[in-house]
Amino acid sequence: MSATTPSSPARASLAFRPQLTTRIVIWLILAYAVYAATQLGFSWERFSSGLGNGAKFLARMFPPDVSKGDILWGGIKETLQIAVLASLFGILFSLPIGLMGARNLMPAWISWPARAFVSVCRSLHPVIVAILFVKAVGFGALAGVLALIVASIGFIGKLFAEAIEEISIKQVEAIRATGASFMNVILFGVLPQVLSRFVGFSTYQLDSNLRNSTMVGIVGAGGVGGVLFSAFQRFDYDFVLTILLTIITIIVVGELLANSVKKVFNV
Amino acid sequence: MSETTLRTPAPVLSPAERQWQRHTPGQRLLRFAVWLVIAVAVVQSMRYIEIIPEFLYDAPEQMSDMLARMWPIDWAYFASDVQAGLIETLHIATLGTLLAIVLAIPFGLLVAPNLTRHRGLNLFARIVLVASRSVNSLVWALLFLAIFGPGPLAGTLAIAFRSIGFVGKMAGETIEQMPRGPIEALQASGASKFSEIWYGYWPQLKPAFMSIVLLRWDINVRESAVLGIVGAGGVGMVLDTALNLFQWPRVATVLVSIFAIVIVTEVAVTQIRKRVL
Amino acid sequence: MSHAIEIQGLVKEYKPGHPILKGIDLKFGDAGLVAIIGPSGTGKSTLIRCINRLVDPSRGAIWFESGGRRVNLAELRGRALRESRRHIGMVFQEYNLVERLSVMENLLCGRLGYVNAWTAWRRNFAKEDVAHAFELLDTVGLGNFANQRADALSGGQRQRVGIARALMQRPRLLLADEPTSSLDPKTSFEIISLLKEQGRAQQIPVIVNIHDVELAKRYADRIIGMSGGHVVYDGNAENLSDDFLKQIYGGEDWLA
Repeated sequence: MSATTPSSPARASLAFRPQLTTRIVIWLILAYAVYAATQLGFSWERFSSGLGNGAKFLARMFPPDVSKGDILWGGIKETLQIAVLASLFGILFSLPIGLMGARNLMPAWISWPARAFVSVCRSLHPVIVAILFVKAVGFGALAGVLALIVASIGFIGKLFAEAIEEISIKQVEAIRATGASFMNVILFGVLPQVLSRFVGFSTYQLDSNLRNSTMVGIVGAGGVGGVLFSAFQRFDYDFVLTILLTIITIIVVGELLANSVKKVFNV
Repeated sequence: MSETTLRTPAPVLSPAERQWQRHTPGQRLLRFAVWLVIAVAVVQSMRYIEIIPEFLYDAPEQMSDMLARMWPIDWAYFASDVQAGLIETLHIATLGTLLAIVLAIPFGLLVAPNLTRHRGLNLFARIVLVASRSVNSLVWALLFLAIFGPGPLAGTLAIAFRSIGFVGKMAGETIEQMPRGPIEALQASGASKFSEIWYGYWPQLKPAFMSIVLLRWDINVRESAVLGIVGAGGVGMVLDTALNLFQWPRVATVLVSIFAIVIVTEVAVTQIRKRVL
Repeated sequence: MSHAIEIQGLVKEYKPGHPILKGIDLKFGDAGLVAIIGPSGTGKSTLIRCINRLVDPSRGAIWFESGGRRVNLAELRGRALRESRRHIGMVFQEYNLVERLSVMENLLCGRLGYVNAWTAWRRNFAKEDVAHAFELLDTVGLGNFANQRADALSGGQRQRVGIARALMQRPRLLLADEPTSSLDPKTSFEIISLLKEQGRAQQIPVIVNIHDVELAKRYADRIIGMSGGHVVYDGNAENLSDDFLKQIYGGEDWLA
């Protein structure tokens, strides 16, 4: 124990006051957790029976089923195609749309609608957008590509507009003073300042699209998600494991590739 | 010409050196290679992707047709079904995030090489975190649906397991980049490992950790809204019902509500950030 | 020689009813260095920026004579304005180089008024332009720096690149908005003398906005003193007596 004389009660309470609010908050959070759990109908019986199921489930997943290579490969190929095309068009569209959303370069009647559009693209979850496109343009990869293009615009468009708003306007001013056209001002005054961040967002979105493209198939928008979903429905759990492992591998490889691309373009 | 003596300095570079190239030949080759790979990937994708051209041309018309059917929005549906679904969604998101925090902390501690010296444990934790992140919450939901049956339990666990990777990775990175000073001071005074963590790492980690958790909660609300599509609880199930019955005005109601709750969540997070961080 | 720039009745109000420039009439024609001096806030920078329309005048005319044509800069818009701007070079207080680009690319910015976007993107500038750029680099003493990134240079070096960029335009007129305010005294002398020298070499007027009166007296062929939005002195350095300086700047202690 401490050898110092105990401090007066007033000082002691001062020392511990901030801890008290934290403690209250923690108790509130715990209380909420219990409340929410009951609201959702969690009960120990369900959980423990589930655990029993879980063990059986894991047993059925091992060893992974490697026989259905072509079905798996077909799904993966489509997934990669969706990711590549969605990223390409998403990036291409985000450039002008993000530029239009930059309030330091554009008048309000251009920047406001552009930002609003980007906001809408961003708020809806890609799966929901995929469902809507499936209903509109039919099952298949087209719906997936369109859905992920929307998601890409929502992400890159917003960050790109914000990056442009943070540039030093003095450099732009100097280019304007030489009599350069609008496009030349963008190319030499704006882009060099934001290009590295743009490449960063784009590679991030490419990675994100790769992840999402494995999933949109669950709602019928193409890719390996569809293969996964039917495997679940047929209780083909050992195939499920194969598919999951493949997905994880692809995503990890994708991350590594994206990092090396960034290095090549020296950003 | 003028009378003042003008310095005309001798040229520094010879005429041969006066070529200007933006990149060195090595850089150009590398950049060309990357562009080539990208071009090949795009061409291959466009050729072999199974898109029926008629569907592509039809798309704008189909989209506007669908949007037309969504109007007028069925607001009454909100009170009856959507509201309950939204509340359930919030519960799933919040509980899932809380659970994820509890599960992520050990892995976050294990993956930081300055905190956990054992290479094997680092690798193990890293694999767990990568696997968690690479599997979408929707896929996790399918997994848990198969184990626990339909309902919000599967959804909550799906959110939790997906978030472990996110929270754990960010926490691990924050710990990795921490200044060594306070930690060394604690070690020098003979503190236990637990004390080292609680008094050395945790205070520095707290603000970043809260920021990460808030961010993940925001994302999780968005994700939870969707899990119901596969039957894992929340407003997604209401959406799924309406879609299957082709009740477009109700679909619109659910979409607008999801949009609204996402915005409310973002505003809440911004406010909490201002006050606490 | 006709006047490159003739300013008539220039008025600028940032806030309505509170004009900064209260009616300026000036002519600039002869080759050489013109220094504009005056206290902060008196409109020196506004005046210079009105010429190339980085600031829009509220009233008045700015006649610009170039290539046999005479246009009113205050009224130009869009393409016509850009064409006129090609013939006016500007040097900035904070250099305003594009930091992430190399020195050579910054110089070639001076040609951006003449090339289209596709050419500019692919950096497909004409050989003559590249040769001219190298010559200018030698002239400003930065012959070896063509491929250095702009943000790797010191302040004085950056300003030299800024001057070279302006000269790339082969301008009819060179403007400089406080080009030495961010530089140390020795470098300031070098930059001002470089500006004066190039003005002579290219036979163009160089209008410099400056707050260091000694520098102005030493190098300028003509000094314009501004105070309260008006021109109160227009002549050469010898006649710039202390009385005039008091009128321009106010206060006595700094003159002693």
